[in-house]
Amino acid sequence: MKIGTMNDLTRFLIFAVVILAMPVWLDPLGGNYPDLLQKFAIYGIFAIGFNILFGLTGYLSFGHAAFLGVGSYAAVWSFKLFTMNAIPALMFGVLFAGALALIIGFLSLRRSGIYFSILTLAFAQMSYNLAYSVLTPITNGETGLQLAQSDPRVIDNMFVEASAGLPSTNLFGLTMSGYPGFYFCAALLILGFFISMRIFRSPFGLMLKGIKSNQNRMMYTGLNTRPYMLTAFVISGMYAGLAGSLLAITDPLAGAERMQWTASGEVVLMTILGGVGTLVGPMIGAGLIKYFENIFSAFNDTVLAEMFSYLPDALVELVVPVVGLFVGSGWHLTLGLLFVVVVIFLPGGIVEGVDKLVKFIRNREKNVGGKVTPQDQPGE
Amino acid sequence: MDAVFLQILNGLDKGAAYALIALGLTLVFGTLGIVNFAHGALFMLGAFCAVTFNKMLLISTKILDPTVTLFKAYKEKPYLEIWFPDVGPVLVDYSVPLSILLAIPVMLLIGFILERGLIKHFYSRPHADQILVTFGLAIVIQELIKAVFGANPIPQGAPDILAGSAAVGSWIGLGENVVYPWWRLIYLSFSGIIIFGVFAFLQFTTYGMVVRAGMRDRETVGLLGINIQKRFTIVFSLATAVAGLAGVMYTPILPPDYHMGMDFLVLSFVVVVVGGMGSLGGAVLAGFLLGIVQSFASMTEVKAILPGIDQIIIYLVAVIILLVLPRGLMGRAGVMDD
Amino acid sequence: MNDLVLHLDNIQKNFGGLSALSDVNLQVEEGTTHAIIGPNGAGKSTLLNVCIGRLKPDAGHVTFYGEELTGRKPHEIAQMGVARVFQTPEIFPEMSLLENVMLPAFSKRDGAFSMNAHKLLSRQGDIRDEAEHILEDVGLQEQMMTEAGSLSRGDKRRLELGMCLILKPRLLLLDEPTAGMSRHDTNSTIDLLKKIKSRGMTKVIIEHDMHVVFSLADKVSVLARGQIIAGGTPEEVREDPKVKEAYLGGAH
Ligand SMILES: Nc1ncnc2c1ncn2[C@@H]1O[C@H](COP(=O)(O)OP(=O)(O)OP(=O)(O)O)[C@@H](O)[C@H]1O
Ligand SMILES: [Mg+2]
Repeated sequence: MKIGTMNDLTRFLIFAVVILAMPVWLDPLGGNYPDLLQKFAIYGIFAIGFNILFGLTGYLSFGHAAFLGVGSYAAVWSFKLFTMNAIPALMFGVLFAGALALIIGFLSLRRSGIYFSILTLAFAQMSYNLAYSVLTPITNGETGLQLAQSDPRVIDNMFVEASAGLPSTNLFGLTMSGYPGFYFCAALLILGFFISMRIFRSPFGLMLKGIKSNQNRMMYTGLNTRPYMLTAFVISGMYAGLAGSLLAITDPLAGAERMQWTASGEVVLMTILGGVGTLVGPMIGAGLIKYFENIFSAFNDTVLAEMFSYLPDALVELVVPVVGLFVGSGWHLTLGLLFVVVVIFLPGGIVEGVDKLVKFIRNREKNVGGKVTPQDQPGE
Repeated sequence: MDAVFLQILNGLDKGAAYALIALGLTLVFGTLGIVNFAHGALFMLGAFCAVTFNKMLLISTKILDPTVTLFKAYKEKPYLEIWFPDVGPVLVDYSVPLSILLAIPVMLLIGFILERGLIKHFYSRPHADQILVTFGLAIVIQELIKAVFGANPIPQGAPDILAGSAAVGSWIGLGENVVYPWWRLIYLSFSGIIIFGVFAFLQFTTYGMVVRAGMRDRETVGLLGINIQKRFTIVFSLATAVAGLAGVMYTPILPPDYHMGMDFLVLSFVVVVVGGMGSLGGAVLAGFLLGIVQSFASMTEVKAILPGIDQIIIYLVAVIILLVLPRGLMGRAGVMDD
Repeated sequence: MNDLVLHLDNIQKNFGGLSALSDVNLQVEEGTTHAIIGPNGAGKSTLLNVCIGRLKPDAGHVTFYGEELTGRKPHEIAQMGVARVFQTPEIFPEMSLLENVMLPAFSKRDGAFSMNAHKLLSRQGDIRDEAEHILEDVGLQEQMMTEAGSLSRGDKRRLELGMCLILKPRLLLLDEPTAGMSRHDTNSTIDLLKKIKSRGMTKVIIEHDMHVVFSLADKVSVLARGQIIAGGTPEEVREDPKVKEAYLGGAH
């Protein structure tokens, strides 16, 4: 494979085509549902943004779910107050998440390493607790924030009479559910990927890599690392806000559980599963996790019993409960195990695994007597 | 004055739990250099040791109910009560404190297995990897417990004799209404003993000396040719057992459920950071301090002025301390000083 | 005096009970190479740490072209034109040599912070040329694309020197730049440093290798137990009995 040497334009085009063609190639894999496709794109955005922080600078945030949640709340409020159009919702989501990221980042980035991780975790838990308690007027507490018939929607109401029933989110009239919703998310994902690629290839990205590699050298080279870090933090927070607002655009409600530490942990897992610091890794990780979540959660004991019906009865009774632990509502157990296994055996994630495999095969060819290929640059 | 004292008392038992968890976290971090995000899950496992023990005592069989004479009725009766009619019910009544006997070997074993099987491969890996792998481990433990015991909290009772409250107020010349549940008093003393035990162990045994030296300068101790590996295993098991015992004894105060570990972990990490990463004394001090602060923040008078403050006070304190005193209350220079 | 590049005025630095620097006075003139020698643990590296803002002196002042350095942040001091090669090389081990040298070039061109996320690295031809040129100077142009972490210790040092040189500093501080190098590499480093000198760059160099000191230094100061015990031209210092006792006699 030529992942390492592929030129960026090709890489970008392939990415765009693969994403846009998801309904086609995911069909035989049983993944062609609009809801699921939207999730792929949305969590892809979340993970790609997270990777700009964690992958480039090495700062492990355990609080990015807070930005996801704020993005959702802001989007739903935009629907309630102004218009059902997706664009303002999205802008509010990004803006508010960015503002929150600016505050949290400014404070958390005064420390590094594990202190940073704990500070971000503390801020996210604080946001989560507040969303459930004092901020109930804004977040509607446990019920979650929903649309209501009585919402003002000032902009919409200037143009059209309010109809009976809840309006749906739209992009200048195009309803944002089903496939149109997916293509909207996909377009933003591709844009997000492009921006992330440009950041990776820019002097700014080089600075972020420098921060990960050697902060001392950065300082004594005359570089002020704080504003670089803060910018990266805010950018990744805005990606999370975008993802959060898209969650609300495709399904207009927002709940505090989106801000819980489990959600923060999930995006970390997506990123490391695919490959930290690689361009496409986070997307792969996000896709795989959402795909398997979808498949695994659907199983229940009856389905399992059918699946294993070819086994002798006694065995079925043994196998079904054991397998049942890992699927259905036990999917989180699989996720946890996956976490452990990836960190132990594949710290570079899938992308690095593939690279290693390719190198291994190539070296074998070489030894067999194939023509000598020049050593590739270290993989992407 | 009474109200203030009452709040301090109320904060102490939660603070004791924080302190015990934070103590183990610090021990593991200081000695092994491992950031253990699964430590809260170990606390939760301890709590479920108590649940298991209680369930074991209550393993029952169906016997004929003699009180129903019209027809044959059956009722559940624990074997224990059948075999030992006198001692059996007493054992059930005391199941929480007795489950310590089960928890100690079980937790030590779990600690041993985790350290040998997983943690030891992460000594030289970056902190981020340690956080990630132990985070995954925490999820695994939590989900296993959920699969076995279900998602609902399982209340555990303290022994009947300890049911009421102690008139702490009148003991020390404060108002009659300053009372404190007996079990919490027990929990507090129990924590005190454990904390004292750990410190004594570190202070007065040669073994503890090596551990302390290791916390100060891991590489040198390694260079001295002291078998660090074995000691690491023991320290990890010890920390696991401390967390487990903290969990066992906490069950009458808070009915255990599968996610209590994570709830406590986040707070305990905050405690460790506030106390100063790597400082045992700091961890204990900060644990009690934050417990008390939280208790004050939950007073209705305070909440009336600052709504929601009880939800965030600990994090707020942590953020402020970290920003003002980067090394926490009692942190030393050079420990995780990046 | 205006051609005074670096002026240390009664610097005092204690670590707990240990007095690492006491009443250190040092004046480095423009265009000169000033060597600091002294036995292990004398406080040489500490002295440089005070200059670059890594440590804050307990008393005294450091000025650079008459401007106060004490209390400034490290990156500000670096932006003023003070660069340092460390005793244990501080490089970016995961990056290629080219990236290692390009990064400081951006610092020189764009300052301490610049929001240059919209530019492409591959379009920064001038910076790349400059970086390649520097790598050629330090003799590493052939390994341009290798990962810096895989270099030998001596090569890492040369790389770090390159990273400092591309900053075109007004004052270059070198902490044992030839330690861990072969005789041959040491000589080529001496040549390189001479070449820089001919461009008029002021340098402070800490060295144990007397061959290097005598080939490069205009002035030598001798530091022992945190105090400057002698100073002057290399010849004067060589003849000083105190130096022989404290350093040449004691340590060797
Ligand atoms: N950050 C620090 N904390 C405590 N003590 C320190 C610190 N840095 C240096 N020291 C002590 O200060 C003294 C001077 O150290 P320094 O590194 O400046 O010596 P040096 O002259 O550079 O020695 P060498 O030739 O070995 O490099 C030593 O005793 C050292 O142990
Ligand atoms: Mg030195």
